[in-house]
Amino acid sequence: MNQRSSQARTPRQRYWVRTRRLTLALLLVWFFGTFGILFFARELSNFTFFGWPLSFYLAAQGMVIGYTVIVAIYAFKMRKLDQSLENKNSNGIE
Amino acid sequence: MASNKIFSEKLSRYYSWFTVGFIIFLAVLAILEREGFPRVWIGYMFMFATILLYAWIGVISRTSDVSEYYVAGRRVPAFFNGMATAADWMSAATFISLAGGLYLQGFDGLAYIVGWTGGFCLVALLVAPFLRKFGQYTVPDFLAARYVGRYSGNVIRILAVIATVLVSFTYVVAQIYGVGLITSRFTGVDFSIGIFLGLASILVCSFLGGMRAITWTQIAQYIILLIAYMIPVVWLSMKHADNPIPPIAYGKVLDKLSVREKVLANDPKEREVRAIFQQRADAYDAKLKALPKSWDDGRIEAERLVERKKMSNASLIDIREAAHDLGNYPKDPEEAERKWTEAKALNLARAEPVASHTAPFPAKDRAGSDAKRNNFLALVFCLMMGTAALPHILVRYYTTPSVQETRMSVFWTLFFVMLLYITIPALAVLVKYDIYTSLVGTEYSKLPAWVSYWASVDKVTPLVTITDLNHDGIVQLGEIVIDGDMIVLATPEIAGLPYVISGLVAAGGLAAALSTADGLLLTISNALSHDIYYKTVDPTASTQKRVTISKLLLLVVALVAAYAASMKPGDILSVVGAAFSLAASALFPALVLGVFWKRANQQGAIAGIVAGSAICIYYMLHTNPALGGSSANQWFQIAPLSAGVFGVPLGFMSIAAVSLMTPRPDQRTLDLVDHIRSP
Repeated sequence: MNQRSSQARTPRQRYWVRTRRLTLALLLVWFFGTFGILFFARELSNFTFFGWPLSFYLAAQGMVIGYTVIVAIYAFKMRKLDQSLENKNSNGIE
Repeated sequence: MASNKIFSEKLSRYYSWFTVGFIIFLAVLAILEREGFPRVWIGYMFMFATILLYAWIGVISRTSDVSEYYVAGRRVPAFFNGMATAADWMSAATFISLAGGLYLQGFDGLAYIVGWTGGFCLVALLVAPFLRKFGQYTVPDFLAARYVGRYSGNVIRILAVIATVLVSFTYVVAQIYGVGLITSRFTGVDFSIGIFLGLASILVCSFLGGMRAITWTQIAQYIILLIAYMIPVVWLSMKHADNPIPPIAYGKVLDKLSVREKVLANDPKEREVRAIFQQRADAYDAKLKALPKSWDDGRIEAERLVERKKMSNASLIDIREAAHDLGNYPKDPEEAERKWTEAKALNLARAEPVASHTAPFPAKDRAGSDAKRNNFLALVFCLMMGTAALPHILVRYYTTPSVQETRMSVFWTLFFVMLLYITIPALAVLVKYDIYTSLVGTEYSKLPAWVSYWASVDKVTPLVTITDLNHDGIVQLGEIVIDGDMIVLATPEIAGLPYVISGLVAAGGLAAALSTADGLLLTISNALSHDIYYKTVDPTASTQKRVTISKLLLLVVALVAAYAASMKPGDILSVVGAAFSLAASALFPALVLGVFWKRANQQGAIAGIVAGSAICIYYMLHTNPALGGSSANQWFQIAPLSAGVFGVPLGFMSIAAVSLMTPRPDQRTLDLVDHIRSP
């Protein structure tokens, strides 16, 4: 049932479903990587990361670097998605 | 595509030459200083050379073409747009105040680092690419086109314009205030003259060339502010950790700092100083308990003191001081209660032992620590949502050639922001270590020169005060009060660098403030000219007329903002934080649902924008003592700054509820949504 309905979709609809899935996945990483970690910052500060207290390191640098990676992954994956949609459209596969 | 590449290469060449030229300029000034060139002149050279440079870029990229003026012709390559947006983004608050905030608050200050970078994930994933695909000129443009229906599209447009102007205006006043502060401190001119000097360069630039000129200027400003921030930090990091890369090096210093913190926490002399503050706090407490009688007694006492001084032929300064104290004495018991409660809190805070720099949410008990954690999370939330809804940032993503370039451009923005942001915590730790080890423990007769210099910059509210409270002739940590805003500007002197670097840092701060002010002023004047005048009042206006109107409005807005800044609104910097909450509450839900939920309709959007901003403004007025509220009214002990934590969810819920109760949007709207969703 599910499979049939996904096949009935046009490439553009499939493109949007994939975009949404990617967006959701990255947003979940963003959310738990930020608020999840900060909520337990006191507990995490007992661990160390190469000598840094873990929660301090994450808030001061780790998260910033993580965000940059999230945005980079999004830009990279979306470019691939764009290209595959373009190919399908130009090949006339509906 | 090929022409894009050639354009990109041309830009790289220009800005490489610019960077080389700037470094040569620095070297020449450094040599001049060694030859005995007066310091004041070095300050002048930095101010005027950079301001002239920005104005010159404005002149060569002047334009009156609509697309060039509003969106720089939509041909700014991702890399360079990222750099320009990073400069647009990093304001005087980032450059001047952030490291100081971290110095004073330790872990709790990191909310700004996390919030001001994490917001770009939302910009990239939820807003920017879709706005670019939509491809008009302003944020209200998008909202008005997306939410058409029963009412005229102007309702949404005007609501969005009000939010845009409100948010951007508070923000721009703070930037101009920063410009005035820096120019007046480093060239010695009057504060208001400093404002207008800085403003002149903003105006030449944006007036002549609009978005196009601003873009090329902001790239230059980014380069200057990056160099200016890095040189002193790298120096300090070499000094304390023998490693030129501060974000890596400061881990070692952090260890040494926490050892030092423990020593200071148990030092008997430090305890002595803290006991003095405890006594003072207790004295205020006793006076507060004995109100209103204590107020009467105090006043009589102060009057008597003046009389006695006059009778005993004391020196004129002594008499004046006593009279001054009498003049400042609370006018009535209510004022006394307020002032003394403040004084008590201040003394109590200084009676606290040194808090660890890296401990999250330090407080006396678990409940206090939980409240701190909740506020930290709330602030992070508001700053992130606010980032994703700030109009002057979002319009920058209209300027790239394609949707893919926009996505890359958000990446480059965050990358260039990151370069600075991972260095800021390092700077705070390095300066703290320097002060804890070299200033604490010196004799009062041998205080470094920067202390007296910075203490005399502002006589009324000194940026740094060191008083020998326990009269032992040696500086204790408890005796130092430092204003966070001077940390970055004074770092070169604290590190013992030549004056050229101080001038450079000032020029960097100026670049940060000017680049943000540029973007904000243009956003405000475009919202008024494009959205109000062209779209609402006179849709038949010629393109020439539209640009002219926009330029005139730019002048007016700039002058009004400069006037507001010259009134020296004391707590304007706290209002800037509030601007983020407001942007988040008013615009973020409507922007995101406009793309991701087809069912969202016009009625829903109106309800969302109104409800979100209303609750946000209500909460701020109700809980901020500076705006006539009281902190007793807080919900869940959330600070007024983070009002967006209530505004954003309410905005989302109102849009959802009202949209579901009213008819679906029409086919044209659905087609528009499909259009912006495809690449």
